[in-house]
Amino acid sequence: MHAVRSENLFLRYNGNPVLEDITCCIQEGEFIAVLGPNGAGKTALLKVILGLARAGSGQIRVFERDPRKVPAAWIGYVPQIKTLDRGFPAITLELVISGIRQAWTGSVSRADRQKAIAALAQVDAAHLAERPVNQLSGGELQRIYLARSLAREPRLVLLDEPATGIDTVGQSDFYKVLNDYRQRTGATVIMVTHDWEVASDKAFRVMILNRRLISFGAPGEALCEECLENAYQKKGLPIRRPAGAPSNV
Amino acid sequence: MFEIFSLPFMQRALAAGIMVAFLSSYYGVFVVQRGLGFLGNGLAHAAFGGVALGLLLNREPLWIAMPFTVMVSLAITLVKHRTRLATDTIIGVFFAISMAAGIIFLSLKRDYSVYAFAYLFGSILAVTRTDLLVTGLMVLLALLVLPLWKRWAYATFDRDLALADRVPVVLDEYLLSALLAVTVVVAVKVVGIVLISAFLVIPAAAARLVVNRFITMTWLSIIFGTTSAACGLWGSYQLDIPSGAAVVILQAAIFLLCVFIAPLLRRLRREQVGS
Repeated sequence: MHAVRSENLFLRYNGNPVLEDITCCIQEGEFIAVLGPNGAGKTALLKVILGLARAGSGQIRVFERDPRKVPAAWIGYVPQIKTLDRGFPAITLELVISGIRQAWTGSVSRADRQKAIAALAQVDAAHLAERPVNQLSGGELQRIYLARSLAREPRLVLLDEPATGIDTVGQSDFYKVLNDYRQRTGATVIMVTHDWEVASDKAFRVMILNRRLISFGAPGEALCEECLENAYQKKGLPIRRPAGAPSNV
Repeated sequence: MFEIFSLPFMQRALAAGIMVAFLSSYYGVFVVQRGLGFLGNGLAHAAFGGVALGLLLNREPLWIAMPFTVMVSLAITLVKHRTRLATDTIIGVFFAISMAAGIIFLSLKRDYSVYAFAYLFGSILAVTRTDLLVTGLMVLLALLVLPLWKRWAYATFDRDLALADRVPVVLDEYLLSALLAVTVVVAVKVVGIVLISAFLVIPAAAARLVVNRFITMTWLSIIFGTTSAACGLWGSYQLDIPSGAAVVILQAAIFLLCVFIAPLLRRLRREQVGS
């Protein structure tokens, strides 16, 4: 089954084109990296998949359904941490439980606490359970958001620049948790990133966007020099090519 | 010392004050956390427009002000959803329109000044049985929609996450706007247009300073709001000062106290986590 399938998808925001003519298929169980310059429509694509933005024309199906009719529990979403309101009074445990319950809870039951602690332990953050969210570092928050999204055992994990603020060792652990989850459950992962190396090392296929679909394929094909120059509108980009990949495909 | 509360008008004032404080300090936590501090002012001035229209039409101002303010509140939410304007800008526009309409309505009525002043500064001691009944119904409504706290809290924390989890965020925003508008209207009679935003903002802001969880903030805001209403009312009678202003001064004292004890509490919590 296709996890995501789009045909001639167009999206406009306040009259401006954000996505143009996107046609692609993502199989269940795949790990997809989405790359592109700022304003390329990467986050917008995630929002269309989540059902938060409505396609202007064309079609998008998530598990062969209208995105807005996909059960919330099927999708785990890790937003950009810069969107977090650090003024909101919450502790880590509540943040994780909101991912399990799909609502904010006033009282924390023993069962919810155990589930949340187990999810936090996966990302080595159980010790942060009682810490106020506004006292967490960027890297800690990213790990906690990952724990939150996986706690509900989703079929599709959407991540928006998830490794921002995490140190190199932390990044390696982060991707290990994500990959272990994908292998264990067969879930699909779609990750927006600016990191070409991570994209070529971790993803099955790479999608390069700049409002339009510039390239979509195996890392060696999609990360070709011409594709990246097309996407970023710049020549002489420092490309680290995966072993055996051609320079232009 | 408390024999003043055996007087019927003081009993009505106390009941009205506590109910209004409960409503405004409960909804106030959403106002403060969503950065809508200016909304209280905007809606209070919209209520003024509605009261003025009621006075012009020789109708009970409450019945005109209520739908008028609800419509303004829903219009603010609608424009917020349809445009990219900052919320404060939209509130400012409707604030001005409502005030202008209110001034025109009052200018068409000759003997308005006494009534207008009563609504501008509130008259808690002149609360009628009808006012009490309407305020009581609003409290009942707030209790009935209490289960929505979870959804509202989630959307307040992160609107996109709540939307992704299929929480009807947009519907909830309209509902909360309408409930806020109704609360402001019932509060205007008791507190006055000038001071209502304090009732919405100060107890919740004070609570935010000393807690780390939204549920605790909600409870503490209600405790701060209702306690300061009861004590402020008693103090106003003893000192012979306006009741609304006395309550707000007491709320401000609680807020200042929280400003000073917040760093101590933070240090204590850090030490607890560390140990």
